[in-house]
Amino acid sequence: MGTDARGCGSGSSAPRRAFATPIATRPDESPHAQASGRPVPALDTSLTWRDIVGGWLVRWGVGRMRYRVEPGLYRVGQPGRRSPVLVTANYKLSVDVVRSALAGLDVWLLVLDTHGVNVWCAAGKGTFGTAELVRRIQETNLADVVDHRRLILPQLGAVGVAAHEVKPATGFSVGYGPVLARDIPAYLADRMRATPAMRRVPFRWTNRLVLAPMELVGAAKPVLGILLALIALDVIRHGHVSAHAFTGFLPYLGAILVGGVMAPLLLPWLPSRSFALKGACLGLLWAAGWLWLAPTGLLEGASVILITTAIVSFMTLTFTGATTFTTLSGVRLEMRYAVPALMTTAGAGILFAVLAMIN
Amino acid sequence: MMRYLLAGHSLVLDDTRCNGCGQCVEVCPHAVFTMAAHKAQIASRDTCMECGACQKNCPEAAIVVSAGVGCAVAVINEMRRDRSQGGASCACG
Repeated sequence: MGTDARGCGSGSSAPRRAFATPIATRPDESPHAQASGRPVPALDTSLTWRDIVGGWLVRWGVGRMRYRVEPGLYRVGQPGRRSPVLVTANYKLSVDVVRSALAGLDVWLLVLDTHGVNVWCAAGKGTFGTAELVRRIQETNLADVVDHRRLILPQLGAVGVAAHEVKPATGFSVGYGPVLARDIPAYLADRMRATPAMRRVPFRWTNRLVLAPMELVGAAKPVLGILLALIALDVIRHGHVSAHAFTGFLPYLGAILVGGVMAPLLLPWLPSRSFALKGACLGLLWAAGWLWLAPTGLLEGASVILITTAIVSFMTLTFTGATTFTTLSGVRLEMRYAVPALMTTAGAGILFAVLAMIN
Repeated sequence: MMRYLLAGHSLVLDDTRCNGCGQCVEVCPHAVFTMAAHKAQIASRDTCMECGACQKNCPEAAIVVSAGVGCAVAVINEMRRDRSQGGASCACG
């Protein structure tokens, strides 16, 4: 329950490995903890330092494709036959966010197999969907564990689940809880009613900043490519590596940081609805600032402006996938214009860089 | 509140089919719908991100929207792949 913006969890294309990051569960103590003779593992509501470090690492893409919890039914506290049943995805970061929001509550948690992807992204792909929910309800014999027939799903799961199809298939009615896991206690206390604010998906600067590391990790290979190209050109020209290769690299390294961190942070204040144009404005600003600090020749200056603008514009465009308000048709529309424009800009920039070198 | 290009342009609500259950109001993360006289209505088309949750959860099939994930990387992957494989899929996953 509760995704954290749309920094999509991890890959459905990843090989199905054993659950490499098992969650610490406590032994069975509850008299109600038997689902058809099988023990129901208990989840702690406090995170260990390993959970916290693991959460940081996946934000940087480390082990992200196998950060999973085994799907199935879990208990939090000492739930009974009338306790609420919450549903979430088996991305471990999602389970951690949910269980740490449930301190002091007695509830069941049904974890669906979304191949380690968070709720919203998995719902978009259909893995957090009606079919998996129905299968998991039957597989865990949920109807024998609780007397009521009501499930609470994260609201963002509604993209993949049709509530009116779950009821005839399983007898369970689906209610959508709040968008964010931290609102679950208030939602349960108010007899399962969500306030309008709980139904809105937030997109504050913290939500945007938390996704920046993945943008930077994604840019690591192109960055290395630029550095190696500059070093190679330096060797060709001078026969050895000079400091110029590294100083020449700085405006591009800066462009990556501007595109990966500043663009997401400044998103609401950059002009235009188009992400490519937002990024182009910021890229031009960065290039102008750099050239003001480190003036250079006309051709080299032109190549810095064109290439850094293209880099920041493209990185901002790819941030569409991490936002909470972009549409597919809008992305298609802007890419039809942005992709040829950016390729031309970058191509011209490289041409100027080569001309500057020949001169 | 940020707005995007073509926000909600494909969203269609057929209020003759609407049974007033309010499910669309509940699932929408951007408060696009409101209820008036036991019928849903589109109050804020410009904030719609076309995620498709309303269409998926409308028991009367009164809502149609061209749903998908607004992700440039997914669109690039879609262009690269054999087009017969269908719509854009999130590349981050």
